[in-house]
Amino acid sequence: MGDYLVLIISCILINNILLAQYLGNCPFLGTSKRMETAVGMAMAVVFVLVMAGVLAWVIDHYVLKAFHLEYLMTISFILVIAALVQFVEMFLKKSIPALYSGLGIFLPLITTNCAVLGVCLINVKEEYDFMHALVASFAYAVGYGLALILFASVRERIILGRVPRPLQDTSIGLVTAGLISLAFYAFKGMV
Amino acid sequence: MAKTVTQEFVKGLWAEIPPFRLVLGLCPTLAVTKTVEDGIGMGVATGFVLVCSNLLISMLRNVIPSKVRIACYIIVVATFVTVVELLMQAFTYPLYLSLGIFIPLIVVNCIVLGRAEAFASKNKILPSIADGLGIGIGYTLSLAALGAVREVFGSGTFLGNPVFGPSFQPFTFMVQAPGAFVCLGLMLCLMNLAGKK
Repeated sequence: MGDYLVLIISCILINNILLAQYLGNCPFLGTSKRMETAVGMAMAVVFVLVMAGVLAWVIDHYVLKAFHLEYLMTISFILVIAALVQFVEMFLKKSIPALYSGLGIFLPLITTNCAVLGVCLINVKEEYDFMHALVASFAYAVGYGLALILFASVRERIILGRVPRPLQDTSIGLVTAGLISLAFYAFKGMV
Repeated sequence: MAKTVTQEFVKGLWAEIPPFRLVLGLCPTLAVTKTVEDGIGMGVATGFVLVCSNLLISMLRNVIPSKVRIACYIIVVATFVTVVELLMQAFTYPLYLSLGIFIPLIVVNCIVLGRAEAFASKNKILPSIADGLGIGIGYTLSLAALGAVREVFGSGTFLGNPVFGPSFQPFTFMVQAPGAFVCLGLMLCLMNLAGKK
């Protein structure tokens, strides 16, 4: 049990997927200007990342490793993610329309969110067993959501401030992300 | 004809240079620019994928049905990324190790898919190659520049050779994650300043 706790803390805080491993930065900067979009994106990431992490583990274990097709990993994972996103979209539209309209356009965007493919690849590289892969995917997704929502709340304040012209928008966003990342850096050495 | 091809090539070097003018593909930009060498390696790998995928997608642009075009583009890109991955594993093994999972992640680099969707799917083969080549070289230059700044200040070396005297204290902030964000943000600011007339 303690094993899982350490894994969760290290995935959420220490190896935060956004701020320490630099994955999923384009939607991070793109959707963090307003709180609603940030929350929508965070929810969509949690939803898809857990499913993709589990599915990628199953495929890696029972198809790729079983038939020595490891070199097809990139292609098969990205196809699985693209198909999964499409499937989730159709499923939600039919059965949980409230959640579907909440996630809105963020679902299709997730296919090109490198955090999703990144976590699938990290799970394979770290050679997690099934439960560890599941827990790690979930914890990484929560870490992504946490960083995104924190960042969005800072960014909503920045809009009110007077930022020099050349620094505006993405530029100040990156500097802010650096400072938040510095705060997360303090968790290093905790585990 | 020749003029437009040159134009497509040149625009990737300044007017639309990624990731500054075209704010796409930030993850590898932040992750692999600890040293100049990694930056150049990543830029060349991405450039290769970009040229090949632009070429193929431009050739197939009348065949691919528009409803499933994104999935088709992803398969084309993923194929070339696998090619690059195997080539790097065979010929530049140390670079392959230091770039790590960011080589397979070229698949989801928005620059590659972005060019496929915005350019190669609408243009002839030659301009598409020129576009891929220009954007690829522009990306390599940006990564090398960012890598140079971070390597010189962060570890006091350039391409592995020390630039400062032995009394230099490395500014390690630069080679770590927070430094990557701040450094890219400040470079973007400088680009905005330089671009303003």
